[in-house]
Amino acid sequence: MNVHEYQAKELMAQFGVPVPKGGLAQTTEEAVDVARGLSGDVFVVKAQIHAGGRGKGGGVKVCRNLDEVKDAAASILGMHLVTHQTGPDGKLVHKVWVEEGTDIARELYVAVVLDRGAERLAVMASPSGGMDIEKVAEETPELIFFSRMEPGQPLWDFQCRQLLFGCGLDAGQVRQGTKMLQALVTMAMAKDATLVEINPLAVTGEGNLIALDGKINFDDSALRRNPDIAALKDPTETDPLELQATELGLNYIRLDGNVGTMVNGAGLAMATMDVVNMAGARAANFLDVGGGANEEMIGKGFEIILTDPNVQAILINIFGGILRCDVLAGGVVAAAKKIDLNVPLVVRLEGTNVAEGRKILEESGLAFEVAASMSEAAAKVAAVLGGQK
Amino acid sequence: MSILVNKDTRVVVQGLTGKEGMFHAEQMIAYGTNVVAGVTPGKGGQSVLGVPVFNTVSEAVKQTGANVSLVFVPAAFAADSACEAADAGVDLVVVISEHIPVMDMIRAKAFLNARGVKMVGPNCPGIITPGECKIGIQPGYIHKPGTVGLVSRSGTLTYEVVHQLTSAGLGQSTCIGIGGDPIIGLNFVQLLELFRNDPGTEAVCLIGEIGGDAEEKAAAVVAAGYPKPVFGFVAGLTAPPGKRMGHAGAIISGSKGRAQDKLAAMEAAGITVVRALGEFGATVAKTLK
Repeated sequence: MNVHEYQAKELMAQFGVPVPKGGLAQTTEEAVDVARGLSGDVFVVKAQIHAGGRGKGGGVKVCRNLDEVKDAAASILGMHLVTHQTGPDGKLVHKVWVEEGTDIARELYVAVVLDRGAERLAVMASPSGGMDIEKVAEETPELIFFSRMEPGQPLWDFQCRQLLFGCGLDAGQVRQGTKMLQALVTMAMAKDATLVEINPLAVTGEGNLIALDGKINFDDSALRRNPDIAALKDPTETDPLELQATELGLNYIRLDGNVGTMVNGAGLAMATMDVVNMAGARAANFLDVGGGANEEMIGKGFEIILTDPNVQAILINIFGGILRCDVLAGGVVAAAKKIDLNVPLVVRLEGTNVAEGRKILEESGLAFEVAASMSEAAAKVAAVLGGQK
Repeated sequence: MSILVNKDTRVVVQGLTGKEGMFHAEQMIAYGTNVVAGVTPGKGGQSVLGVPVFNTVSEAVKQTGANVSLVFVPAAFAADSACEAADAGVDLVVVISEHIPVMDMIRAKAFLNARGVKMVGPNCPGIITPGECKIGIQPGYIHKPGTVGLVSRSGTLTYEVVHQLTSAGLGQSTCIGIGGDPIIGLNFVQLLELFRNDPGTEAVCLIGEIGGDAEEKAAAVVAAGYPKPVFGFVAGLTAPPGKRMGHAGAIISGSKGRAQDKLAAMEAAGITVVRALGEFGATVAKTLK
């Protein structure tokens, strides 16, 4: 789960990481009120959406007085902010974060990340802050430093010193940075974060470190034991269909094609999507109804798929496993009748009692195309769509 | 022959008295697996499916000589259960549970590593040596004893491939679902090494998916010299660029997790890559015959 910059900064501040003073606003008036309560004569108004690259898209504005804050908030609130991470439609901005401007001497990058390969957390730092870190890794990999933690051990000071002296900080700044990295690790472990990123981490004109941005990725599997984190979820950041699917217990990702797919198991769902696309059609979604599919889940799957107006055909690919195919076929028929299915349906069933299952589909009176293999299923879908044109 | 589990394997099921645990233990027993004990704290002394239940894994191991544990407990307790099994001295822990927090797995994996205990999973279908021993939730009947080893990151996708192999007349030595979580037990590389030394395995199938760099590492092992034919598939070739991958972690691993890169690494290593899943069984059969 991702959170907004303001939520990340508030959480980091709780763990002792210095962040600029600021406040959240949902209207231009609120934005001005927040700015009035801040000290200094420079303010920054920042769009709060879950995407990077907000500055380039016009979602971050530096203001010299309250009138400028008002204008900035008016232009940002309600805009469809387009960045390299939002897609062409952009994201509607509901909130802005208004904070005190910082006198920036240098910008660094620091992060705590899950290193999957090494099965532990690692800390990263780079003197090239304020830039896309992937680009830094590609163009100047020598400017990225990292150090892995030992499971069961703290993040030792020396590890931080190696990273931070490597970034060219002086001894006093290294002491500040060490505390900061250790705070970020403590936070990651306490709140089950798998990515904590500060980019940029500023060195101020006075030589102090302060987090100018914050990104945190939380482990979905641990949200149950972190109710305070779960409460930070912003439902407006998720595709409404995906949100509805999550509520139904389905794993659904909307894509841009016209073939709805329904599969049990994530790997098989991805492979099914591949087969559809390779057959010359385009998958409209990824949908995993769970390894042990049943009639109820299939019914819910239909519901979600058909909410997408682009869907012109549906492919169901179920590997029965321990569940019997005759039961599953009965489920597909019942669910299709219940929703009065009006797009062509290709069903590929495999598993226990597959012959009985296919018979039930064929004798249902519904216009199912039954496929015996994955290749055949994809070919039939492509043919069905071709016939419509 | 096989790897890790066979007809002599003695299984303790942690969470035997739960609904899922009992259902799948029954299927395992019907398949011929030696399920010798169950563990549910507070239910010691009971008997389920004719199997004695103990309060602790340590007691179960002492009383029954169990050497492999199957963990079937809810996610919040699964890492603790895996550690308990390792502490009790089993050789292998198979964790089926899904949605285990990553931080728990980091700690549990370190605990198991320190004791030299192997793990399969979590979030996986389990391990099966066809005709001898099934530990997990796989549909047993799609398998057939034979000489093809199979390792997969996915559940039902594994069944699909096994089914294709069996339909093409190819039996399997051992099939392992290693799970798709960020932190897992045995990986492609370790299992390739076990299959390398198994005289009962003549070929190995690797079923991967997008994300991480497991396929690239496996390809490096094969490229360095592997005595048996290896076949590969990667799910997600046409998936849109990942929504849920934190990219900073990928910078350290040096991999973007893309299917194209994985397939290219596999091909360069001499692995026979199958792009259309529907062709997998036939491709393996054609090459081996």
